[in-house]
Amino acid sequence: MANTHHNLIILGGGPAGLTAGLYAARARMDHLLIEKGAEGGQILLTDWIDNYPGFPDGISGFELAEKILAQAKRFDLNSMFANVTSIELSETVKRLELDNGDSLSCDCLIICTGARPRPLGVPGEKELTGKGVSYCATCDAPFYRNMHVAVVGGGNTAIQEAAHLTKFADKVTVIHRRDELRATKILQEKAFANPKIDFIWNTTVTEIIGTDGVEKLQLLNRDQTTSELSVDGIFVLIGVLPNNDMLPLDVLKADEGGFIPTDQETRTVVPGVMAAGDIRSKEVRQVINAAGEGATAVLAAEQYLTNLS
Amino acid sequence: MASDKVKDVSDADFESIISSDTPCLVDFWAPWCGPCKAIGPVVEALADEYDGKVSIVKMNVDDNPATPGKFGIRAIPTLILFKSGEKVDQVTGAVGKAQLIELIEKAL
Ligand SMILES: Cc1cc2nc3c(=O)[nH]c(=O)nc-3n(C[C@H](O)[C@H](O)[C@H](O)COP(=O)(O)OP(=O)(O)OC[C@H]3O[C@@H](n4cnc5c(N)ncnc54)[C@H](O)[C@@H]3O)c2cc1C
Repeated sequence: MANTHHNLIILGGGPAGLTAGLYAARARMDHLLIEKGAEGGQILLTDWIDNYPGFPDGISGFELAEKILAQAKRFDLNSMFANVTSIELSETVKRLELDNGDSLSCDCLIICTGARPRPLGVPGEKELTGKGVSYCATCDAPFYRNMHVAVVGGGNTAIQEAAHLTKFADKVTVIHRRDELRATKILQEKAFANPKIDFIWNTTVTEIIGTDGVEKLQLLNRDQTTSELSVDGIFVLIGVLPNNDMLPLDVLKADEGGFIPTDQETRTVVPGVMAAGDIRSKEVRQVINAAGEGATAVLAAEQYLTNLS
Repeated sequence: MASDKVKDVSDADFESIISSDTPCLVDFWAPWCGPCKAIGPVVEALADEYDGKVSIVKMNVDDNPATPGKFGIRAIPTLILFKSGEKVDQVTGAVGKAQLIELIEKAL
């Protein structure tokens, strides 16, 4: 088995982790990046990224992930596929347990485990996941050719993915609990001008109904009136939950939502442990921030390692 | 790695593959699906671990519309487990290894 101790371990291979990997590899640090799925993280869930600088026509999430990875590999990124199941931070040397029973250790850890789509938490949702309930428009939109789908949410992701869905579906109904969208203006303008998109305001979904697939939604308006909406599918795009199962949350003083607070240099309360990207306690969760924080975290790590020796 | 262990199946040979005596896990995927790529390494590892006990195959839903339609697939990745030609159970999404093992064990 390869070396089990490294100066730096980067946990997670989304935009934050890959950028940290790029910086660490380029700085010739003794590093290891651990990813449990595929490199790219949540950007693999979106079809098009229009707001990452350097790509004047935008770029697909998949391609962006491949490009960042290729860039890091050019500097000999050291990475492995594994699922980290627990982390021990009580000593100066940090320990990580993997799902295959192996354990690894490091002097410095950068947590980049990101986030995952938040479920609605209503009856029918679990049972019908994959049978009409979806959290990934890019993955599943092509199955809804000429059908009617609902999108729940009012943020950037919901509105952008609603527009993507109109390439396949006949009709896309956006259901939002407020009377205005949070999405950025340009996305709103496009959505309002799209004849295939309509809106149901001030409304939440209280139940998803269907036997072999989604048939209809039970809706509740803010004025307490209820109604039903017949749809073939529902895309739940209402924000994210942190991937924090493997983290000692009390030690890291996680916030109420389970995200990890840090200072400006991405240092957590535990010396030698940084957090970067969507797992950080913060307001803006975008690729550009995640990448920026990944870079900052490596610089903080270098400083920590220098002081340690 | 042993990605050749996860053979591609098509609408044409699907029936013969799932009705063999060996239980069969079919990974429905498409090239444009990021999470399908995410689950790839796990599926490959399982193909190694269950070599000889369960045949693990994949089907591109873009090239093969009939089978996904027949099983009402509306999301990918979807993995369906078959035993003697009958569907045992399925999971959807980029689930973890433990969940896939739990699925596979239902046919053993
Ligand atoms: C549908 C959708 C559309 C979006 N569109 C845009 C957009 O247009 N523009 C934009 O700027 N942002 C967009 N975002 C947000 C953007 O994707 C995120 O801000 C960004 O991906 C965060 O990067 P990250 O590296 O912090 O985390 P993530 O991308 O979540 O990556 C975390 C990685 O860590 C891995 N991991 C987690 N736990 C473990 C573990 N225990 N062991 C090993 N590995 C682990 C995960 O598998 C994952 O690969 C979108 C998000 C979604 C869901």
